[in-house]
Amino acid sequence: MAYQMNFAPVMALAPQLFEGAFNTLILSGQSIVAGIAIGVVGAVGRTEGPRWLDRAIGAYVELFRNTPLLVQLFLIFFGLPYIGLRLSANAAAIIAVALNLGAYSTEILRAGLQAIPRTQIEAGLALGMSRLQVVRYVVIVPALRIIYPALTGQLTLTLLGSSIASAISATELTAAGARIESTTFRSLETFLCVAVIYIAMTFTFRFIYWLIGLLLFRRKAPPKPSLIADISEISRVGV
Amino acid sequence: MSALHINEIQKYFGALLVLDGVSLDIAQSEVVAVIGRSGSGKSTMLRCINGLEKIQAGSIEVAGHRIGPQGGDLRSLRKEVGMVFQSYNLFPHLTVLENVTLAPKVVKGVGREEAEAIAHDVLRRVGLAEKSGAYSDELSGGQQQRVAIARSLAMQPKVMLFDEVTSALDPELTGEVLKTMEELADAGMTMVLVTHEMGFARQVADRTVFMHKGKVWEQGPSEELFSYPQTPELRNFIAPNLK
Amino acid sequence: MIRSFGWESVEFLIRGAGWTLLLSFMTFVIGGCFALIFALLRTLGPKPVRLAIAGFIQLVQATPLLIIVFLSFYGLSFVGLHFPPMVGAGLSLAVYTTVFLGDIWRGCIEAIPRQQWEAADALALTRMQQLRYVILPQAFKISLGPTVGFMVQIVKNTSVVALIGFVELTRAGQLLNNMTFQPFHVFLTVAAIYFAICYPMSFLSERLKGNRHVRPAH
Ligand SMILES: Nc1ncnc2c1ncn2[C@@H]1O[C@H](COP(=O)(O)OP(=O)(O)OP(=O)(O)O)[C@@H](O)[C@H]1O
Ligand SMILES: [Mg+2]
Repeated sequence: MAYQMNFAPVMALAPQLFEGAFNTLILSGQSIVAGIAIGVVGAVGRTEGPRWLDRAIGAYVELFRNTPLLVQLFLIFFGLPYIGLRLSANAAAIIAVALNLGAYSTEILRAGLQAIPRTQIEAGLALGMSRLQVVRYVVIVPALRIIYPALTGQLTLTLLGSSIASAISATELTAAGARIESTTFRSLETFLCVAVIYIAMTFTFRFIYWLIGLLLFRRKAPPKPSLIADISEISRVGV
Repeated sequence: MSALHINEIQKYFGALLVLDGVSLDIAQSEVVAVIGRSGSGKSTMLRCINGLEKIQAGSIEVAGHRIGPQGGDLRSLRKEVGMVFQSYNLFPHLTVLENVTLAPKVVKGVGREEAEAIAHDVLRRVGLAEKSGAYSDELSGGQQQRVAIARSLAMQPKVMLFDEVTSALDPELTGEVLKTMEELADAGMTMVLVTHEMGFARQVADRTVFMHKGKVWEQGPSEELFSYPQTPELRNFIAPNLK
Repeated sequence: MIRSFGWESVEFLIRGAGWTLLLSFMTFVIGGCFALIFALLRTLGPKPVRLAIAGFIQLVQATPLLIIVFLSFYGLSFVGLHFPPMVGAGLSLAVYTTVFLGDIWRGCIEAIPRQQWEAADALALTRMQQLRYVILPQAFKISLGPTVGFMVQIVKNTSVVALIGFVELTRAGQLLNNMTFQPFHVFLTVAAIYFAICYPMSFLSERLKGNRHVRPAH
């Protein structure tokens, strides 16, 4: 074979990879907090708000779900300075990923809210629960239970999708890999290592989501209304 | 010469012994009703006869085709054995006619015209000639079950198995299905039917088999079995039905 | 050479969009073929095959598409194969599509009740006939909505191969930006073209999901 695998030069720069992984966590962590916040506001706005608000949020959702994250990123990073808004690569990346996640999570959370029938809320009130208690026990937990697979799947996609930020040299794992590749010329080895780190992070998070699910929903696994519903949930996620 | 010969079959689900040495001989044109408590293994026996479940010991012979613990030529056997399920199981994406012609066409290689002629014939027998273009969700439960019977009949089986085919039906719809089955019996079809309709078993079946704990506990000509049950288990079982 | 953003630029982008569509189509066809095989093997294959496929799917689904693109780009040259970017791009997108679509389609096959298999089995249909005449036609109808929905993802995913130099819509936008220095106009137009391609598919997908009747409309 013309080429021998050699991981040594990459391993020598491993600290850079770990730093990159850490930055990926920071970047996607910030985006996730912001994105979910957008999603909550969006979902509540769409279900409870006036018609014009529903329309406006719907337009935002469709615009961001029907264009690539990479183009959103370019538009924010390269395009916004044109209207006088200059952002650092990292800030642009966080905003792009957050807006993207916001669009998807709006729809996921809305599906959860819509899955709770009005009669359930009325039943809760009739039992003498306070409004807050109704929201806590009758709306949020059961709704979350229904959308939990889609939501956690979306968070995984967001974590992985943040690798796109390397296109504008934001400091994260893929960019760190690209930098190492350009100094060591060990392309395949570098990106294999990067892949392993992403896989490790993803599996760790899946495990954490599973644990949280266990704590949140105690006894049973989330109910599965039907496989078909599951499938359309799966196809509701993306970047 | 028996139409169906079941010899000492045993069936386990994991460690659970569900059929414990069941033997049955069913003659040509004989109608046999199988009764027994829930969980006594009635459905499992029917499913074994049709090869839907593997058996761990014994053998089953239909029209010269034999299956045993090692399996056997299941497809040839199934061509001779029709099965009708409690939940109809029509194919919802096909019309009534397509449901009925599918197996003759793809399994037996019958041409389209001939398959449709067969289909129209069997649909007439179950009284649904005019429904051939409908889909299953446009039919009542009783109609669906009669289509399922027609679908099975179209393969011209030597033996037909019925597993509680009226249990999922509203009471007012069971009559039409039972009538169809009675007509089949009168026409000389060999039938094994698991049923909770004691009256029907008594009236239509030549013989009734009472299953208990995975065994054939007691059997005999229907009238005799219902009038003079020998074992306390059977007496207990039919007592509430007699009134 | 284009110097400022105008009609000529839009034409340039639309040519890029042509490549996006072609690449998406190829990805869907190739990825779809493997996805079908994956879905079938994962529901019906022998246990070791099922496990192997499930493991592969888990790994790919835990890796960013961009990294898969890089890996197949550099991996191909590692084994001594030097292909134009089109092939590396197509390959990685196809792998990604196989894995996700395979999962969606497996779900559709598994959504068909077991009794449908049994009824076909009792009618003496072979396994292949059961699939062909009973299971797949029903699974196909359920899968339409999610599949069209995933096609939107495929179109958007193709933008990633801009980063290995394949000139599709996004890369065309980058090039145009380097010529005109009008990023706002350029990327807004790029986004608009993507939207024009994707939105009708998203709309259709939702429509198809709503209509879950297994039997044909008539
Ligand atoms: N697929 C299976 N796996 C494990 N156990 C099974 C399975 N199918 C049936 N059993 C068990 O086998 C026993 C017999 O079941 P079977 O369905 O044959 O009973 P049955 O006589 O038809 O009852 P019913 O009147 O309720 O239909 C039961 O204990 C049941 O729990
Ligand atoms: Mg039963």
